Amino acid sequence: MKQFISFVIKETRHILRDRRTMLILFGMPVVMMTIFGFAITTDVKNVRTVVVTSQIDHLTQAAVERLAQSEYFTITKTVSTPQEAERLIRSQKADMAVVFAKNHSMQLIVDGADPNMAQQWTSYAQQTIVNGKSSIVNLKMLYNPQMKSSYNFVPAIMGMLLMLICAMMTSISIVREKERGTMEVLLVSPVRPLLVIIAKAVPYLALAFGILITILLMARFLLGVPLQGSVVWILTVSTLYIILALSLGLLVSSVAQTQLVALLLSAMVLLMPVIMLSGMIFPVESMPTVLQWIAAVVPPRYYIDAMRKLMIMGVGIGEVMKEVAILASFATFFLIVALKKFNVRLE
Amino acid sequence: MTLKFLVQKEFLQIRRNSFLPRLIVMFPIVIMCVMPWVQQMDVKNVVVLVVDNDHSTSSQRLVRSIEASRYFISGGQKPTYQSALADIERGKADVVLVIPQDFGKNIAKGEAPQVLIAANAVNGTKGSMGSAYLSQIVSRSVPYATVLQQPSVLTLYNKHQNYKLYMIPALLAIVMMLMTGFLPTLNIVGEKETGTIEQINVTPVSKWAFILSKLIPYWLIALFVITVCLLLAWLIYGITPAGPLWLVYLLAMLLAVFFSSFGLIVSNYSDTMQQAVFVMWFFVVCIMLLSGLFTPARSMPDWAYLTTYVNPMHYFIDAIRTVFIRGGQFREVAHQVCALLAIGILMASWAVRSYKKNS
Repeated sequence: MKQFISFVIKETRHILRDRRTMLILFGMPVVMMTIFGFAITTDVKNVRTVVVTSQIDHLTQAAVERLAQSEYFTITKTVSTPQEAERLIRSQKADMAVVFAKNHSMQLIVDGADPNMAQQWTSYAQQTIVNGKSSIVNLKMLYNPQMKSSYNFVPAIMGMLLMLICAMMTSISIVREKERGTMEVLLVSPVRPLLVIIAKAVPYLALAFGILITILLMARFLLGVPLQGSVVWILTVSTLYIILALSLGLLVSSVAQTQLVALLLSAMVLLMPVIMLSGMIFPVESMPTVLQWIAAVVPPRYYIDAMRKLMIMGVGIGEVMKEVAILASFATFFLIVALKKFNVRLE
Repeated sequence: MTLKFLVQKEFLQIRRNSFLPRLIVMFPIVIMCVMPWVQQMDVKNVVVLVVDNDHSTSSQRLVRSIEASRYFISGGQKPTYQSALADIERGKADVVLVIPQDFGKNIAKGEAPQVLIAANAVNGTKGSMGSAYLSQIVSRSVPYATVLQQPSVLTLYNKHQNYKLYMIPALLAIVMMLMTGFLPTLNIVGEKETGTIEQINVTPVSKWAFILSKLIPYWLIALFVITVCLLLAWLIYGITPAGPLWLVYLLAMLLAVFFSSFGLIVSNYSDTMQQAVFVMWFFVVCIMLLSGLFTPARSMPDWAYLTTYVNPMHYFIDAIRTVFIRGGQFREVAHQVCALLAIGILMASWAVRSYKKNS
């Protein structure tokens, strides 16, 4: 036991003495949370609108005023022909134009480069101009009434960062010992080889928990994301995920022989799918079927889904049983494979 | 003259590496073949549950028109709102539509009925787009409700709402960033780790010549990569730039100048490859997220929007989308070109300054 603890201390010193990497490790969650929480939004805001009209009467005046008063649109200019408006849109001086024709019909000309935003701009503009008087639809936004993007991003950042820290860092630190030749020294020491590896994983486990707590605190108190569900279950599911990520890291380290390979393997095989296929930025349902199959075996996807339900929607653990079961079987599978592959001897 | 030999040396080094040439050729191809399919941000396959309290012909007609829409998948009918909500909590459905009891009667009488749409808004875009599409269908099914005339809509440039057209300029940016950003990052620090930098340091090669010889190969690689990407976009997706081709190349090369110099700067200041990669990754993520590549830059709060004035990626993506999608000419992107040029020159001179021959 004493030997084990001294190994853990050795590994902790390894981490603490690489200042720049430490800075990035702790700086990353903070910066990411700030950027995603405050800077990255898909809200409709400050849409630069051009008014195209040849004469101003009270009807156009009223519509323009309604647009100007809403927080979504800013009227930047008034021009007299649609051609001029199109030139402004092409040179990125405006995003949308409202054309008032002589016969009192209205037309919206919108920059369609970004299809989603174009769709949202027009539907907001239509609602604003018509003023919602004739609306027959009551809209109710469940769980996220203010439509904040951070509700969607926080669980995804947790999934990505925990994977990055546990899998990438653990695998690199084990492979580095192989590359430098110090692994040999460790393996001939009286400590059992398996304990050497577990001792390597322990500081990263602690680090992952530290970052998890940081993210949760920042989400709750800085971004105002509610923690609807029970914190105990959030932490339990996260622990399961961390174990999964650590065993993945272990697996990578037993395959890779050099740091560069370990780095590229964890970046290409672990990190890229997490960002692209986990439904973090791009919705999985819109992808072609083949990619949906691939996405079905990306473990972080289930973690992110479970966290969204537990944290934001506040459902009980019963509703996420499917995700937890899948995560648990992934974790057992990877752990067994990693331990089977783990070599006591160096080749 | 020494420059020519140094560039030759760099190319030999790249070619004799077993991994790099394959990476340079395969990476843009894989990215261009797979990524446009992944980056479909359009909202599709939204699962709708209907709670029909009316069971009249008009309510059934409404349900059928929802099922016929390409955006929605019917999740079936539910007896009560509560049971529908339970399905949303289990993640089986996204939107609930509640049709009131007198829906058909109200329509027959010419009164406006009140329909409830409840959407799962954890994913804000999906929630708002899904409910917007659904309310359009509902309003169309009620002839009397549209009392006021809705303005018609003319969509410019991307008429078919093709998400791939919007994303391919962004993919060019990502490929350029990864190829001309990360490879130089590993270059000088790699020479440091293997110790070959010592041999360069004792030669009479000037700092300028040395750094320039490190940069030129990556500019040529950038030229190759951008050609491959444009060809693939044309062959696979039938997408070609709407504006002049030389402007696309000019912008891409200016971005390559920035990223390769930036990579060398990070490389110059780092001691190990791991450090260099982590530092580079950190900066790249920040530059990418704050540039408006995936999310509209104009929606950012003011303090974050200020950072786009020094973000070369923002100038690039703004300009390339103007040229590529909107068919802009040089004078429409002149100010972005100037900004990119200024940032590129600044970074290149910093790269030269930060390289020290004596350790």
